Amino acid sequence: MLRTPSPLALNAIKALVFVLCLIPAGQLALGWQTDTLGANPIETLTHATGDWALRLLLLTLAVTPLRRLSGLHWLLRLRRMLGLFAFAYALGHFAIWIWLDLYLDWPAIARDILERPFVTVGFAALVLMIPLAATSNTFAIRRMGGRRWQALHRATYGIAILGVLHFWWLVKADVLEPLVHALVLAVLLGLRAWWREQERQRQLSVPPPAKHLQRPVIRIMPK
Amino acid sequence: MLIKRPSDILNSEITDRRLFENRRAFITRSGVGLAAGAALWHGLTSPARAARSSTNTALAGLPSALSTDEAKTDYQSVTTYNNFYEFGTGKDDPARNAGRMAVRPWTVSVEGLAGKPRTFDIDDLIKLAPLEERIYRMRCVEGWSMVIPWVGFPLAALLKEVDPLGSAKYVEFLTHYDREIMTRRPVLDWPYGEGLRMDEALHPLTLLAVGLYGETLPNQNGAPVRLVVPWKYGFKSAKSIVTIRLTEKQPPTAWNRAAPQEYGFYSNVNPEVSHPRWSQATERRIGELRRRPTLMFNGYGEQVASLYQGMDLRKHY
Repeated sequence: MLRTPSPLALNAIKALVFVLCLIPAGQLALGWQTDTLGANPIETLTHATGDWALRLLLLTLAVTPLRRLSGLHWLLRLRRMLGLFAFAYALGHFAIWIWLDLYLDWPAIARDILERPFVTVGFAALVLMIPLAATSNTFAIRRMGGRRWQALHRATYGIAILGVLHFWWLVKADVLEPLVHALVLAVLLGLRAWWREQERQRQLSVPPPAKHLQRPVIRIMPK
Repeated sequence: MLIKRPSDILNSEITDRRLFENRRAFITRSGVGLAAGAALWHGLTSPARAARSSTNTALAGLPSALSTDEAKTDYQSVTTYNNFYEFGTGKDDPARNAGRMAVRPWTVSVEGLAGKPRTFDIDDLIKLAPLEERIYRMRCVEGWSMVIPWVGFPLAALLKEVDPLGSAKYVEFLTHYDREIMTRRPVLDWPYGEGLRMDEALHPLTLLAVGLYGETLPNQNGAPVRLVVPWKYGFKSAKSIVTIRLTEKQPPTAWNRAAPQEYGFYSNVNPEVSHPRWSQATERRIGELRRRPTLMFNGYGEQVASLYQGMDLRKHY
């Protein structure tokens, strides 16, 4: 059941993850409505949406390693939703900042993006997420072809690095929380690098085929 | 220094703390439809409530001409949204954790370049000068502000008691640090230290506060005695002070040591000098949604600008 859930079970799991991802947003909306977000509700909203965007981004990046380590290949079926939710929270984070925090004061917004490095990297991460979100559908994968799609979506690694930097550069003195996020990201990216290297080594160590087995290369792909 | 006008707020006109506290409860109850859900979520998500400490006792102060007549920030916000890193770096951590600190017995040692150095018991210290209520704006370096009715007396009254020597040019403040009840992580170099130039320390606006909202200070606000320097960013106003030292050289200060390019010794509120990582041009007054422009010297320029005549405030940020 856990190894290969039935389509019905998988749909139920997806629905559950969908609802779980909505909980923080619902909690914040309700908190805003009932004035229980503390003395500085706009700050609470900004921080919470940013936290969730980063957490979901890391969770998205955790799918492949988790799948490989556990053998639960269906986990891959959750990745698109997690990634899109990460984007949604990042977009909400941005909207709250420009709208509630800065009241659409465009010169101030532009100055912050251009002059404050922590805003610059955060904004860059958001912009880089747009093409990924736009191509997070089956149609786009078909149209682009798997290889090109995958190449584009490797941008997630860079986006996550920018996201952690954004967090790191905004804290005043206590870098513990950004540090934890950075370590998680380092593990997630480190595992990939390690596996890649292992694969390279494996391919190098395969002995060349014996002379009598070698055949002239025949190209079957159209040029 | 200009005395602008007598306070137009009588103590009796100040809204009772309990009324302020009821505000949120009222808003919650009136949230039609959402009220039930809110009640459910409340316990899970609400920030720390102010410790309803029975140790806060009434502490009235005489009205002061130096008070602002702006709307005061509600008691709940003043006592649950704090920076007191010894008790955690979250805004609601101090309200949750500072209750562990014992504020009696407590002494404040005034030492260094003084003719009559002396250690004050806190209960004697409170009686050193007539207590005044000073309603001041407080601007945090992070870009938010409050209006707080402090109770206290000018620091100058205390300094006069110890007879500063002519060679005393600065005043250093050291605050309580107890690793048994406070964080052990070296977020800053404990104990937290701050400092003022002697003329700043003697300025009539500079307050030694022992209470707020007509009561003794809650622990998270720096009980039992703290500094309040309203024209400087909030971190200059050291909390829970145990040592005041008169020095000839400019004393080291906690945030300056942690990040000298971001926090200078003076740290006067200045909308024109950005923090390297964010603008200081605007601030959010707690309780308001839209930002408001930050005023030079936090609006106290008339009284304090002369202290910095001829100084380049971009260099001496």
